[in-house]
Amino acid sequence: MTTPDLLPVTTPYRVVGTSPAHHDFVEKVKGSLHYAADWRLPGMLHGRLVRSPVPSARITAIDVSAARTLPGVAAVLTAADVPSNAIVEMASGGLAELEVTMPVLAQDRVRYAGEPVAIVAAATRQIADAAAELVAVDYEERPGVFDVTSALATDSPRVHDVGNTLVTWQIRSGDVAAALAAADVVVEGEYRSQHVEHAYLEPEAGVGWLENGVLTLRVSTQVIEHAAAIARIIGLPQSKVRVIAAYMGGGFGGKEDMTVEPYLALLVWHTRRPVRMIWDRQESLVASTKRHPFLMRYKTGARADGTITAQQVEITGDAGAYPNLSPRVLFAAAACACGPYRVPDASITSRAVFTNNVPTSAFRGFGAMQVTLGYEAQMDLLAERLGLSRTQVRERNFLAKGDLLPTGERLDTCVAVAETMHRALALLGEPPRPSGPGKLVGRGLGCNRQPYGRTIWFRDRASAWLSLQADGTLLIRSGVTDLGAGQAASLAQIAAEVLGAPLDDISIYIGDSALNPPAGGTFATRQLYMSGNAVLHAALELRERMAPVAADLLGALPGELEFADGRVRGAGGGVSITLAELAAACDRRAISTAHLSTWRAESGSFDPRAGQGDTFPDYTYGTHAADVEVDTETGQVTVLRYAACHDVGRAINPMRVEGQIQGGAMQGLGYALTEDLGIEDGYVQAALFANYLIPNAQDFPDVLVDIVESGEGKGPLGARGIGEPPIGNVAATIASAIHDAIGVRPAELPMTPERVLGLLDGRAPGPGPEVPT
Amino acid sequence: VNRRQTILSVNGADHEVWVLPSDTLLDVLHDELGMADVRYGCGEGVCGTCTVLLDGEPVNGCLTLALQAAGHQVTTMRGLMGPGEALHPLQECFLRRGAAQCGFCTPGMVLTSFDLVRRVGRPTREEIRYALVGNLCRCTGYTKILDAVEEYADQ
Repeated sequence: MTTPDLLPVTTPYRVVGTSPAHHDFVEKVKGSLHYAADWRLPGMLHGRLVRSPVPSARITAIDVSAARTLPGVAAVLTAADVPSNAIVEMASGGLAELEVTMPVLAQDRVRYAGEPVAIVAAATRQIADAAAELVAVDYEERPGVFDVTSALATDSPRVHDVGNTLVTWQIRSGDVAAALAAADVVVEGEYRSQHVEHAYLEPEAGVGWLENGVLTLRVSTQVIEHAAAIARIIGLPQSKVRVIAAYMGGGFGGKEDMTVEPYLALLVWHTRRPVRMIWDRQESLVASTKRHPFLMRYKTGARADGTITAQQVEITGDAGAYPNLSPRVLFAAAACACGPYRVPDASITSRAVFTNNVPTSAFRGFGAMQVTLGYEAQMDLLAERLGLSRTQVRERNFLAKGDLLPTGERLDTCVAVAETMHRALALLGEPPRPSGPGKLVGRGLGCNRQPYGRTIWFRDRASAWLSLQADGTLLIRSGVTDLGAGQAASLAQIAAEVLGAPLDDISIYIGDSALNPPAGGTFATRQLYMSGNAVLHAALELRERMAPVAADLLGALPGELEFADGRVRGAGGGVSITLAELAAACDRRAISTAHLSTWRAESGSFDPRAGQGDTFPDYTYGTHAADVEVDTETGQVTVLRYAACHDVGRAINPMRVEGQIQGGAMQGLGYALTEDLGIEDGYVQAALFANYLIPNAQDFPDVLVDIVESGEGKGPLGARGIGEPPIGNVAATIASAIHDAIGVRPAELPMTPERVLGLLDGRAPGPGPEVPT
Repeated sequence: VNRRQTILSVNGADHEVWVLPSDTLLDVLHDELGMADVRYGCGEGVCGTCTVLLDGEPVNGCLTLALQAAGHQVTTMRGLMGPGEALHPLQECFLRRGAAQCGFCTPGMVLTSFDLVRRVGRPTREEIRYALVGNLCRCTGYTKILDAVEEYADQ
């Protein structure tokens, strides 16, 4: 992974660790950034999807004649018009899941309400809408399954002929039954989470066109590598499909699967004209992928001193109608089910089950976040049972560097979770007092362990290309896509640190499958880790190549050179040359100042039968803490103070790190307390943005942040990823605080006033999804 | 067919446009006049990404018909900027405080808080929160946006 013969980056850092307002910030604040929908070409058509209004049906006939003859309509396409009508995901690479094909357009059967059935392109949006209304589809409704229990029953309708259990994962270590039997104390719990929407402010959008015979799509996507799948669908060589990722107006995993891409591609290919497609917000709420609702059962055994001896975990996730990334989400859930704690004997089972609900897939935290609700509740229950403090019981069990995970992997970086816990609690200050009669206050905390980087068996890699221009400015090309978290800007900071080019002199070209070296998509908190390392190594290697030239000019040794402020200086900081002079000298000696580097993550394998093997390259640890007040009359929970602390290894840009933590925590507060799509019999109830309650500026207090820099991450300069981790702790933290306030543990999300009132009244919580047995 | 000619005055310049009675101000500003700082986010008046000032008052472009805006002054965020794309002091505060992540909500946030500070001078943090309830942000968690508006109001 590291290249030991390269000269190290010298400390103190000059650029890394500062928070410059980079190019993307400036464009965003000026309102001049062009998102996917901000693109218009001559003769551009408007695309519109026709979606199934029912969750389970056979299509007996589709009549598109009326739609096709409407003036202004350029194309109406159905399954029959799709050259290869199949999206095969195989999210675990065939390690364990059923092989199930998702059609681009439904052919003879629809499996969820909102499934695409036909597509229309027309001269205006109004005509496209009218034409979509005119597509006549005959649906013969069939029984569906809408919860995981029904789906697992032997006589239930099958969502797919091969069966309703998409994947089952097992992780096994030691003898859990014996260890539980021998434990001084055993605590059990059952926890449930809900369907949640990403709710990026920018809906799914894109524009496609033909250019020099190449099918080109400029879309809001996290993954330009979908170009290969698009080529397969249209029947084109991969060299004839180009995907450009615009800077996204948020993604959070919801733009990791394809959204508008295959539909735009089909319409462009058939009409030979540019086409724009923007999904309505309401369409996005109903039909885009969601976070998996989890049903989790935990049984934890411990000694009287609080030391955990065994944990048994069963997790069932609702995959919805198609696989998408469910196999990998449920794998991450299993791999992280025990949290940041040492569990000698573990038995973890997770499965993804098909239903006729909207498909679930990637969403910030990716399975590893839902389980936090479970493992942190178990810690609080254990503390309560044993009369220990919540911090004591955690400290007794925190993982440390060198410890084994239940998968048999040894942790090889620092685990600073205890420090994050103490710092998060310290941020809260003195405990609050109730604001009046009928009010109870409580303090809670939640620790977590969230992976960064792809599942290890994918042998991940990322490439980056740097070029020192003749005038001393620097170009970076990387296939990275930018979600809005500053993915591109961080790469520029790393290159600036190594090569000494001022940030204003660096231009970074990203997100183009034709023009950029592949970086592998922005998901799994992998881009700082992967592309950050690729850029770091490209910069180090380029510096290594140019250093002898500079040393020669300056009469210095290559190892003494300092690259800073657009110049290279010899020993003692005396004589210097500009980067432009260095570029010219390299050119005279026929030494290239452009360099491509590919960085490879560590690799390994996982044995699904033994439930042992390699899972993720490393983890980010953190703790959140909160004070809440519960109104015992209404069940309303008011968050009074909120604090978050994560070990990010090294903060490349502290302001952006803080922003990630604050934003992740806020998204988690919505998940904990207000957000729920409320799917009933396959129909999304919160089908308006007015009904789907993401946090607004008034709902929650400021998120106080502290950052730990252990310096031991596997990213560039010791950084760890921070994109996903801060959403993971929140629901557990709020549940912990409510538990502290009212003495009962909430076990179902979101923790609405109705549910909290139910707990206060000692009533059973409201009806939730059925439980598989 | 049913298009009507009208004049829209946006950021101090008059634009002749042909619009349908059903066209929203958002449709016309974004798609016809190419103003990328006015954005479709929900079409329900919930998220505020299409916020513009109509005679100085923040409105949702998705809930305002283009014809309703005729005869009024429309200001988008870029209308606050000085010559040569000079940032407005409020935009400077957003930049300095890291108040944008994906940036999609930024123009609406800037316009709504610009209006608030113009009306009340130095709003409290709670007043800023209240004013911004119609501008949703999914990335920042609001803290840095509130910091930016406070800093601007203090100037």
